[in-house]
Amino acid sequence: MLAPVNKIIPFSNVDGPGNRTSIFFQGCPFNCQFCHNPETIHLCVGCGLCLDGCPVHALSRDPDGSIRWDHERCVQCDACIRTCPHTASPRVRWMTVEQVLEEVRRSAPYIAGITTSGGECTLYPDFLEALFAAVRPLGLTCLIDSNGSFDFAGRPSLLRDCAGVMLDVKAVGASWSRTLIGNDGAQVLANLDYLLSAGKLQEVRTLIFPGRDEENESAVRYVAPIIRDRCDYKIIRYRPFGVRAEYQRMLGDDVTAREEAERYAALARSLGASRAYVV
Amino acid sequence: MSEALNIIKDPTLTYRQELVGLARLGESTDTTLRYSDEYYAAKAKGALCDLNEGVMPFRPRYICPDYELLFSKGCEFLQLDPPRDLLEAVNALEIFYCHVPSITTYPVYLGDLDKLLEPFVLRENRDYAKKVLRLFLRSIDRIQTDSFVHADIGPEDSVTGRLLLELTEEMQLAVPNLTLRYDPDLTSDDFALACVRCMLKTAKPSFANHRMFVREWGERYAIASCYNGLMIGGGGYTLPRMRLYECALDAKDPDDFITRVLPRYVDLQLEYMDKRVKFIVEESSFFKTNFLVTEGFVHRELFIGMFGVVGLAECCNQLLGITDKRHGFGMNEAATKLGRRIMDAIERQVSAHTAPYCDAFDHHYRLHAQVGIDTDGMDDSPGTRIPIGAEPTMLEQLEVNEQFHPYFPTGTGDIFKFEETWLKTPEAVLPIIKGSLARGLRYFSGYLENNDVVRVTGYLVKKSEIEKLRQKKQSLNQVTLYGKGAQDGGHALDRRVQTYAGAGQ
Repeated sequence: MLAPVNKIIPFSNVDGPGNRTSIFFQGCPFNCQFCHNPETIHLCVGCGLCLDGCPVHALSRDPDGSIRWDHERCVQCDACIRTCPHTASPRVRWMTVEQVLEEVRRSAPYIAGITTSGGECTLYPDFLEALFAAVRPLGLTCLIDSNGSFDFAGRPSLLRDCAGVMLDVKAVGASWSRTLIGNDGAQVLANLDYLLSAGKLQEVRTLIFPGRDEENESAVRYVAPIIRDRCDYKIIRYRPFGVRAEYQRMLGDDVTAREEAERYAALARSLGASRAYVV
Repeated sequence: MSEALNIIKDPTLTYRQELVGLARLGESTDTTLRYSDEYYAAKAKGALCDLNEGVMPFRPRYICPDYELLFSKGCEFLQLDPPRDLLEAVNALEIFYCHVPSITTYPVYLGDLDKLLEPFVLRENRDYAKKVLRLFLRSIDRIQTDSFVHADIGPEDSVTGRLLLELTEEMQLAVPNLTLRYDPDLTSDDFALACVRCMLKTAKPSFANHRMFVREWGERYAIASCYNGLMIGGGGYTLPRMRLYECALDAKDPDDFITRVLPRYVDLQLEYMDKRVKFIVEESSFFKTNFLVTEGFVHRELFIGMFGVVGLAECCNQLLGITDKRHGFGMNEAATKLGRRIMDAIERQVSAHTAPYCDAFDHHYRLHAQVGIDTDGMDDSPGTRIPIGAEPTMLEQLEVNEQFHPYFPTGTGDIFKFEETWLKTPEAVLPIIKGSLARGLRYFSGYLENNDVVRVTGYLVKKSEIEKLRQKKQSLNQVTLYGKGAQDGGHALDRRVQTYAGAGQ
C-alpha cells in the first residue's frame, strides 16, 4: 500500500500539542481560495512542464511517463511549483506505511506523537489506519489534521488508534462555502457533531478574513455554542502569503488585524467556547 | 608601538581589562617552563593551542570552591562568620567571589545557588527575598563582569530556583551563565518548563544531563565556565587543546592520521599538561598557601587536567577530501563514523596515560570539547560540533551530537537557535531535551533568534554590547570582545534556526 507524501517534518510545534512529527500527504478534495500551499491540492499528471525549469536537474521523466524527483539533488527553490499549471507538485514520494514508520521511529524519542496533514490526509484512510495501528504502540499519539471532507461517521475504525481530529470549519452557509472552499460544507458540519459525540475532536480552527464581518461571524456563532469547552477553538488570522494571485484579488492582500481576530475569540468565549484563542 | 602601549591606548578596554592584559604580558616574559622543540613546532603551526593560558600557571585554570563549607564554617581569612540570614548569605558570597582566582580572574563557579540559599529564602517573605536576590544578581553582573561566571540550579524545584528564573527573565543579564542540572526523575516537568521558557527568553539556563554527570563524577559535580564538568571542592588545572583540522593536514589519509599523526600530537599535549600540572602543584604557591586550600574550600585531590579538542568536523572533512561542508561531518555517515574512530583513539590514549595529581580520577585526564575562541575563524568548529552553515535538521543534529557527547566528562555542549513561535510552546521543547539527554546528549543550550542576550559558542553576550565595541566604546563584560570575534570570524550567531512547520490556513 502506497500513499503520496509531500513532506515529513520531524519536529513541529504547531501541529497539535507538544513536539510532533508532521506528515503531509499530497492531494485535497477541496479547492480553498485562501490555500497557501496550493501545490498540495492535486497529484502530478506527468505533463512535464516543470522539467526544463529545474536549475539543478533534479527532475526527470521515467520510462513509464511519470516525473521522477531526486530529493538529494533538489535545492527546494520551488521553480517547479511555480511552473505547474495543475496545482500539483513533482516533489512527492510514494511511500509505504513501513517507510513512513521508519521516519517516525527516528523522531520517536523526541516527540509526543504524530500529526497527519496535507493536502488532505483522509484521502488515504486505509494507509492512515495501518500507520496509526503501528505508531500507537510506540507510546505516541496520532492526530489527524483535516478539512472535514471525509465522512468520519462512516468509518469509525479510522479513529480507533487516533487520539483526535483537528478540524477546519472554514465557512458556514452553503453559498459562502461554495465560493470559499468549492462545496456546500455540509460534510464538515456533520463531522463537527460526530467527532464531538465520539470524543475525538481535538480542536476546531476558523479563519477570520479582513472585513468579512458577516461570514466571519456566522462561522464563529455556529461553532462556539456547539463545542463549548469541549475542545480548543483556534481563531486564525488570514494571511495572504502564498495565496494564488487570482484569489488574493478577491480576498485582499491584508493580514487580518490582531484586534479583529481577538474580537471573534471574545465572541466565541461569550458563546461558551471558553477555550477560544487567537493564533 | 609595544604591546603594552597597544593595551594602554586601546579605547575599547576598561581599566580592569587593561590591567589583566598587562598582567598577561608580564607573565609572558618568564621562561621557566620549557617544552620540547616538537611541541613548539606543533604550536607554531596551530596544531596545538594553549588557549593563551599564560606561560606561568600560577593558579589552576578553573576553581570550584565548596560554598557549603563557607556557610557551615565561615572563612577565617576573609573574616566571615557562617551567615544567619539571607542578607548575610549573599553578602558573604559577594565577598568570597572576589577572592576566587581563575584563568579569567573572575570566579567561574558561583555554587548551586538554589540549594545554598533556599534555607535562608524560606525564612523571608517572597517579595523581600526576591529583592535581595535581585541586588545579588545585579552585583554579580556588575562586579564579576565576565560571561564565564557560572551558577547552577536544580535538579529539584525550589522557591529560590523559581525566583532566580523570574529575575533572570526580568533582568536580561549576560552574567552569570546558568545551568539546570536536569534529571527527569528529580526535576518536575513544571520546573523544567519554567526553565525552558526562561532559556528561550534569555539564553539560559542550559540543561545538563544530571544522570550522566552523576554517573561519572558522583553527586558533587559543578558545571562551571561555559559548560565544564568539574568537582565541587576541586576544579581544572589546565585546558590546552588539539586543533584537529591543523593536525589532519599532516596526514595522507584517515589511517595514517589515526596510526601515525594523531598519537604524536596527543603525546605532545599530554607532555605539556603534565609539566603544567606539576608546576601548579609543586612550584606555584596556590596549593601551599591560598586560603581556599588551607581552609579546605578546595582539595588538590579533586582537581583534574582537561584535555581539549576542537575542529573534529573539519578534521574529518579534510581527511576524506570533502570540500563542501554541507556534505561533510554531520550530514555524511562516513565522516561521522571517522569522527568516532578518531575520538575512540584519543580517548584510549588519554585514558592510558598516567596523569600527575589527578587522584580522584584514577590518575587520568578527562576529555573536553573546547568551545572555540574568537580567533579560530571557520577552520575549527567548537569541539565536535557540526559547522555553522552546515547544520542538518535538528533531529539529525541531535543524532550526531548524541554520539559524541559521552566522550567529554569535563564538558561539551550544543546550542540550538529557535524561531519565535517556540516561545509559545515550551511543552514542545521539553521532549526534545528529554529525548536527547536520554540518548546520550550531555548538555543542551537554546535561545530565541531575536534575543539581545545570545549564546555565542558557550558563553553569553549581549548583541547590543557587541555593537558598542564596533563603535569603539567600552563594554563592561570582558567576554563581549570574544563574542565580537566569534561573530566576525566564526559566524557564530548565524547558526540554523529551528523554524516551525507552517501548518495550512
